[in-house]
Parts: sequence; structure tokens; C-alpha cells
Amino acid sequence: MTINRRTPGKRIASFVRDWSLPRQLAGEPSKSTAAKSTTSEKLQPRLKLADKVGTSICPYCAVGCAQLIYARNGKVIHVEGDPRSPVNGGRLCPKGAATMGLLNNPERLTTVKYRRPHATDWEEVPLDWAMERIARLTKQTRDETFVEKLADGTVVNHTLGIGVLGGATLDNEENYLMKKVFGGGLGVVAIENQARP
Amino acid sequence: MSQWDLVNSDVILVMGSNMAENHPIAFRFVVEAKQRGATIIHVDPRFTRTSALADIYAPIRSGTDIAFLGGIVRYLLENDLWFREYALPYTNLSTIIEDGFQAPEEFDGLFSGWDEEKHSYKMDSWQYEGMVVPTANADHSVEVSDPEKKHEMTKRPPRRDETLQDPNCVYQIMRRRFAAYTPEMVERVTGCPKESFVKIAEAMAKNSGRERTGAVCYALGWTHHTTGSQMIRAATIMQGLLGNMGRPGGGVLALRGHCSIQGSTDIPTLYEMLPTYLAQPKAAKHPTLETYLEEETVPTGWWTNLPKYMVSLLKAWYGEHATKENEFGYQWLPKIVGDHSQFPMTFAMTDGFMRGMFVIGQNTVVGGMNAKLVQKGLAGLDWLVVRDSHEVETATFWKKGTLISEGEMKPEDIATEIFLMPASLPGEKAGTFTNTQRLVQWHDKVVDGPGDSRSDLSFVFHLARRLKELYAESTEKRDEPIRKLTLDYPVIGPLEDPDSEAVLQEINGYTTADRKLVSGFKALKDDGSTACGGWAYSGLFPEEGKNLTRSRKADGPDGNGAHHGWAFAWPSNRRTLYNRASADPEGKPWSERKKMIWWDEAEGKWTGLDIPDYVEDKAPGYRPDWSKEQTGMDAISGSDPFIMMPDGRMALFTPAGLKDGPLPAHYEPVETPAKNAFYKAQSNPAAKRFHRKGNALHEVADKQYPYALTTYRLTEHHTAGAPTRGVPTTAELQPESFAEIPPELAEKLGVRTLDWVVLSTKRGEVETRAMVTERLRPLTIDGSTVYEIGMPWHFGWAGYATGDIANILTSIVADPNVSMHEAKALTCNLRKGRLRRHHEGVEA
Ligand code: SF4
Repeated sequence: MTINRRTPGKRIASFVRDWSLPRQLAGEPSKSTAAKSTTSEKLQPRLKLADKVGTSICPYCAVGCAQLIYARNGKVIHVEGDPRSPVNGGRLCPKGAATMGLLNNPERLTTVKYRRPHATDWEEVPLDWAMERIARLTKQTRDETFVEKLADGTVVNHTLGIGVLGGATLDNEENYLMKKVFGGGLGVVAIENQARP
Repeated sequence: MSQWDLVNSDVILVMGSNMAENHPIAFRFVVEAKQRGATIIHVDPRFTRTSALADIYAPIRSGTDIAFLGGIVRYLLENDLWFREYALPYTNLSTIIEDGFQAPEEFDGLFSGWDEEKHSYKMDSWQYEGMVVPTANADHSVEVSDPEKKHEMTKRPPRRDETLQDPNCVYQIMRRRFAAYTPEMVERVTGCPKESFVKIAEAMAKNSGRERTGAVCYALGWTHHTTGSQMIRAATIMQGLLGNMGRPGGGVLALRGHCSIQGSTDIPTLYEMLPTYLAQPKAAKHPTLETYLEEETVPTGWWTNLPKYMVSLLKAWYGEHATKENEFGYQWLPKIVGDHSQFPMTFAMTDGFMRGMFVIGQNTVVGGMNAKLVQKGLAGLDWLVVRDSHEVETATFWKKGTLISEGEMKPEDIATEIFLMPASLPGEKAGTFTNTQRLVQWHDKVVDGPGDSRSDLSFVFHLARRLKELYAESTEKRDEPIRKLTLDYPVIGPLEDPDSEAVLQEINGYTTADRKLVSGFKALKDDGSTACGGWAYSGLFPEEGKNLTRSRKADGPDGNGAHHGWAFAWPSNRRTLYNRASADPEGKPWSERKKMIWWDEAEGKWTGLDIPDYVEDKAPGYRPDWSKEQTGMDAISGSDPFIMMPDGRMALFTPAGLKDGPLPAHYEPVETPAKNAFYKAQSNPAAKRFHRKGNALHEVADKQYPYALTTYRLTEHHTAGAPTRGVPTTAELQPESFAEIPPELAEKLGVRTLDWVVLSTKRGEVETRAMVTERLRPLTIDGSTVYEIGMPWHFGWAGYATGDIANILTSIVADPNVSMHEAKALTCNLRKGRLRRHHEGVEA
């Protein structure tokens, strides 16, 4: 808490100095000079505080509106439409405009949640443990379900025991690696994304 | 077409889309076109903000779009309003089809070639006379007795009748095909007053020709049907006749839903394709690389290059281990044996042979059809990995799901081992998205994701690393693919995140000897000397330090408006596909007003305002020398613009590439309140039906389920809702689920706005609030009144904005071509009240 050490006299003087009405009556415009005050003099745009800015693309629909993301100390402080973009010319719709709310949402997941078979609640587990457990489960299911040849001798070299869903909200590079690793590496064929549903 | 090119349109037909609300920023170009004098048309079951801003609005019943568009095609043909100078040389209108071809009007609603036992078509009678027309569409082989006849296309051009008199030419077939689609029939089937229909047909016709062009914008309102592919086909046929393809302000613009849904289709996480439209090998058809290349390569046109693309892909995946001797590692690719798409996956889970699943950035419990069955499937898995930024329904079905709330199961009954992993969002990772107009746009990493959040790239990379370790000692042949797979991406920082630019460079392609980036797909070879992860994207990273997807130079007022310096549009940074059609057969622009590219005689090359989608120096006067065999682009004459087609022409009639007919025909949705007024065949005969427990369908005009139902999206929410229902701003704007009900029906049932209502189908029941609104009008269909109800499908139990899952109501049925469901047109019942599970004792 800051303690106001100003005397009543000083406070009155500062009130009179900042009071807009006399200046308006004197003919100054209410939206510029008459609106200035000691506080407003010190205001600066939020963007000035940013120590980093990057170009981004809206994470919602396929229109592909461009965004500028401003950050300070590793935290996003502002997201706006990129005025240079021929797609959106700086505009964003209600979803795109909510991007900062999405990124900074306190409801975001921050740890791996794990649910044991038949359990009634989540547990938190270390990321590394989860990665190793998932790798082993993947290997086990693949090994148990991998088919080299069908009964009639047709070569298939695949597993139908594992499925992969998702991709339409991910980067091209992520989709590429998913198809390459799960398909080309592990023999998974049931790889699908939101293009159908 | 580019979204911004819509400002050059003279007419825009928005159909199967509520563009103003669902693609708001793209709609600004429609508004700008209107301000410049264009006519805006909206055809839709609901009156929406798109309708409010349109010059003409026409209501139709969901699922009757082919009847409407077929009506326009008939109107153009019968009144001779099509753009003859364009459509005659540039489409296959004059091509002669096999004598045995029959269409539904002659054949009980079926096309010739129907095999009742196999439930599919044999396509012999759909072919060009004396030859087989191959298709490079993945998963779409031409089902004919003698596929070898595709090589006939290298010997002579298809037989044509430029006078259009031959009864077997496409023009005459189309006239017969659409003769029944009169304005009266359009009204009877769609419910749209014939005056509105004629006004729209006239507006389309009036804005065609040398000086004028029109565009069509569609979205999921067309794709979510068992006849969806053919709806889009019907629109393309109209656009071909009107001369609206490959020209400024002309085209068919698909408005897609997710930020990289185009990218994930091109570089597919889809079962039937390898990156950029190569077919995933099929066990029966493609036992060896040789048979694959023979079967998939189209002998004429651009697709003749397919072997270069396939071999380069194998080199990208298996690196030095891919050699000529081992078919470049072809056998390591898994082969498909049927439909492995999402819906059969649901059954694979409930049947227990799919045992583990990764769900990465998708909320399938809300977005999947027959949502209760999806949850049953997940409950049958051994393990499930869900990666998302929020706690989505897909990860919590075992404690908060429908099976639990309806008392069918307890969490203790469910044995699935579940991992819910925090995922980074754009802004927290670097990479590219491909937007709805093929624009590949880079996004930077600005901050780290919260806590243990990682990019999905990092997840897959590190999982693959661990698996490589687990398989390191294996000597089994079946384990070779993961051991031989290339995974040598440089890593960044203490978390060892793989460098996404390195992945993008692999997609772009490089020469294998010195890892030098290739300048584009023309540099690719089929001998193993190049590697390329996605040929159609090649050129987006043409040299070290030159990532064109990061380019941010839009045109100023003096530019040509194609914005070639803003990101990269595949292929080759072309903004308008097939833009050769923007010039007349001699290579001159159709008009000054509508110029795009043209032939520069002095320079001997194509030039203009876009990068030519053509062989740069192929003169308009070039003709193949048919005295000898002609392959590849040599077989395409200099006046044929559609270079991906084996005859260089737009296929108004498709001999190959579709499984349910070479031309569209109106079939009713699988669930519908109406009988098919056109044919004996009620619904698409080739549609995929799954007669399974929990997936029962309604009868035609089922008295228990008398209302038509359509599902849709809202501006403030995104698809299955994960990134908006849990975010306060968007959740506050649309806080809760509802159903739109026409006042006439509401009055009949005594329902008022905000009352609780229950919607039901044979698949399940949901409760929601009523919104009584005139936006939905009762339609008179074949003499009786049909009420249509609408329900947004975003909602679920997670987040702040909640509601029952609309997809509890939908069934699993699918379009035969693309396995797309039919959530835009089904039937349901509606009653006032609530479900007992929420309010015991409340009258239901
Ligand atoms: S701002 Fe809106 S219209 Fe633009 S990409 Fe995002 S969701 Fe789509």
C-alpha cells in the first residue's frame, strides 16, 4: 500500500491542475489536450512494455488471420491482428481476439495427469515417466498386434491395434512427423484427423 | 482461389456455409465485393447473418443441394446461357463416352455398372470411348475390367464431337441427366420457391463470360452429407459451364474449419494418403514398388511425374537405407486393407481389436459422430494418450461422460489407462499452418508453454527416439521400419526440442549427396538422388536461410494484388490454380478487366499477374504429335489448361475419381422426412452404412422422428470447443447450448424460448434450451409441411460454456468417396421437458 504524503493544499492544487472542465470551458478539445492529466501523461501503451514480439497465425479457423504476439518476461501480454496481412489487415474475429485469453488461461494443463485402470481420479505424474510408459505400451501393443502377412500370403506389414487421431489444429511439421513415425516407422494405418468429422 | 480475390467477383454464391458467422474475416471480402457492385446470394436452411447481408436469400431443406444446383445446370444448358468459348475447349463437354453408359433417370436411380453384391460400381461404361481414364486421386482406383486401357490415352486424344450432336457426348448426356431438374421440381424437393431459384440461376448466368466471373463459397454444409462430394461436384460443373475456373474472381472456395486442416489434408494425418496426395499403398493392388508406380502413375498430364515424388518421399523417410535394391524401403510402409478412417475406428475400438490410441489436439467425444458409441469405444481401449491444452471431454469420459451420467457404467468398470498431457499452442512453438486457400504461413515461438507443455512435434520426436532405443537390439524384420527411419533433426535448448525448420526443409526436399535444398518439385528425381517429404510443398524453402513461409511482404497499392511476397502458396507459390484458363485458347486474356496470365509471343513464355500454372514455354498452338506415343505433358495441347487431368480438360463428367457416379444425382439424406421425388433409389446407393448395435437408423419419413435436424457452428466457439468453452471471453459470449426451433413447431408443442426441450434419435437423447426463431421456416416439401430444427454442436461438459453433446444424436453413415458423415441432415424427435438424469422427478 502506498501512503499518500501530500498535504491537503497540494492535493487541491493537483486536483485543480488536472480538472478537465475549466480547460474545456476555455475551449480546449475534450478529447485531446483538455483530457490530459498527471496520470495520463505517465500512461504508455502496453506494447511498449514488451521485450519480445513474434508473428503468429490465429489458432482457430482456416481463414489464417495473421497475429502479432507481444511478450514480457516470457509471458504473453498482448495479441493483435497483424495489420500487414492481406488476409485480415489487422482484424480478428471474436475467436481470434480471444487468443491471449487462450494462451494465458489459468485453466491450462501444466502437468501430466494419469489415470490408472479402474481408478476414480487422476494422479499427477512426471513427464519423463509418462513418456517412458507410453513408449513401452506402444511397443507392447505394436508387437502383439503387428501383422506381416494376411492368411492368403498378402504382405501388409501393419498394425490395426493402434489408432492416431488429430492433426487439423497442429503444424504441418507435426502432421508430417506423426505420419512418418506412426505410419512409416511403426506400421500404424488408422491415422486420422478432423478432415472427416 | 485466394480469399482476397473474392473482391474481383461479380457474383458470389454462398451455399453450404454461414460465412459471415463462421469465417467472419473472410466474409469481409464478400462485403467488399458487394460494395463494388457484386450480387451476393445465400442459399441455406437457416436465415443467418450471411443471409442478412446477401442480395438474394433462398431457404432450402438440408441435404437437397444437388437438386438445387442440378436445377441451375439444367437452366444454363436449356437456355443456352453457358460460356461456350470457354467450356467447349476447356472442359470435356464434347468428349464421347462409352455407348453403354446409363444414368439414373434411365436406370432406377442408379448409374450403369452397379454391382448389388459388392455394393459398388464397375466403371467400364463411364469411360471415354475406347480408353480408360486413370485418376491419381489417392484411394480412388478406376474399377474397370481392363485397366491397361489407360495407355490408350498415350496413343490418341479422346474422340470428341465439337458440334455437340453425338448422343454419347458429355453435353448430350448432361442435358438428359438434368432434364428433370426443372424449377418446379427444385421447389418441390428443396422447398425453395421457384421464383427465388430462377432469380439465382439468372444472376449466375448474367455474371459469366469474358467480362464477368463468379465464385462459390462453401463449407461443412456441403461436406457433411452422404452425397457431399457430389454436391461440390455439382457446383464445379456449374462453374465449368460458366467459365469461372482459373480466372480472377472465379472459383470454388472451400471454407475450412481448423487453422491447419488444409495442411493436415495435404501433409495428411489421414489413412489413405501419403504426403501431398500420393496413395497409401493398398495390400491387394500394390505388392511392390513397381506395381505401385505402374498402378498409380497416370501416363498423360502432370501426374506422370509421380514416381519422382514417391521415390523422393521414401528417401526422406528411410534415408541411406532406402536403396534401389530394396525398392527404396517400400516394403516398410504399412499397407491398407480397407477403410481405416475415423468411423470404422470407432467400431474397431468397440470390437476390441484397436487397443491403444493417441488423440492429439482433437476432441473426438464431442466432435465424433454417435458420441455415445465413441465413448464406449474409448472405454474398451487398453490405453489412451490425450494431448491438449485443456482438460477435454475425450480425456474425462471415464468420470464425467455420458455412460456415467446415464448410469450405464461406473468409473471403476473402465479399465483404460489414460494419460492427459499438456500441449503447447501456437505462440509457444514454431511451425507452419496451411490456411483454406493453400497459403503456408509460419508462426514464431514467442514464449514457452506453461509447465510441462511440449509441442506435439517434440512429443512425437521424443517418443520415436525412445522407441528407436527400445528396438535398437531387435533383429526382427518387422522392426526394421522404426530402426531405419530417419530422425536426425537438430535439437534446440535444454529440452531438446526438434528444430521445426529442419522438418520443413525435409518437406521441401534436398539432394541426397550433399543435402542441398531443392528449388522446387521440378528438381526431384526417381533414382534416389533427391529426398522430399511432400512434393507439392517443394519450393517453400528453396535455399538455406530462405524460409518463404515466413515472408511477410504484402503488395502495396501498386502491386498486382496476388501478394506473392506474403507467405507461400503451394504449388510453386501460385495463387490461382489452373490459371491458364484465365486466357483464351490463343493465350490472350478474355478481357482487360479479367486478365491474369497470358502468352508473351516475343518472349515465348507465359507471363502475367500470377505465377503460371502451366509449362512456362508451352505455346498455345502446341499440339501433340499423335503419329507417335505421347506421354506426360507432351500429350497435353497448349490450349488445355487443366494439367493435372489426363486429357488436360476439366472433367464435367468424371470417368474416374468418384465412387458414386460420374455425374451428381439427387439422393435424399439417409435419414429424411421426404421420399426421393426424382428416382426409385431413395438415398445414395453407394453410401457406407454400418448396421451395428447402437447405430440404428430411422425409416424414411419416420413418424417417431418426424423433424429434420441440422447441426452447425457459432462465431464464438471453435469446433469441439476445447479452445473456447474454457476461455472466459468466448464462453461468456455463448454460454450455453440451445436448439433453434421454428415458431410454428414451437406453438404446436407448447414450447417457448428458454424452455428445456429434449431432442432424441435412435442413438440417444439430449436436453437443451429452446430458442424459438423465425430464422428457420417451415418448408412445403412435396405438398406437406416439414419443420427443420437446428442445433450447434460445440458443447460438452468441460469448460464454462456447457451443454449436452449434439453428436449423441448423429449416426455413423458415410459418403462413399471420402467417408464423411451426415451431421448436416438427419431426423429427430423433439419434446418439451428435461432428461431424468439431470432432474429426477421433473416431468420428462
Ligand atoms: S480471427 Fe477468426 S476468422 Fe480469422 S483465423 Fe481466427 S477464427 Fe478465423
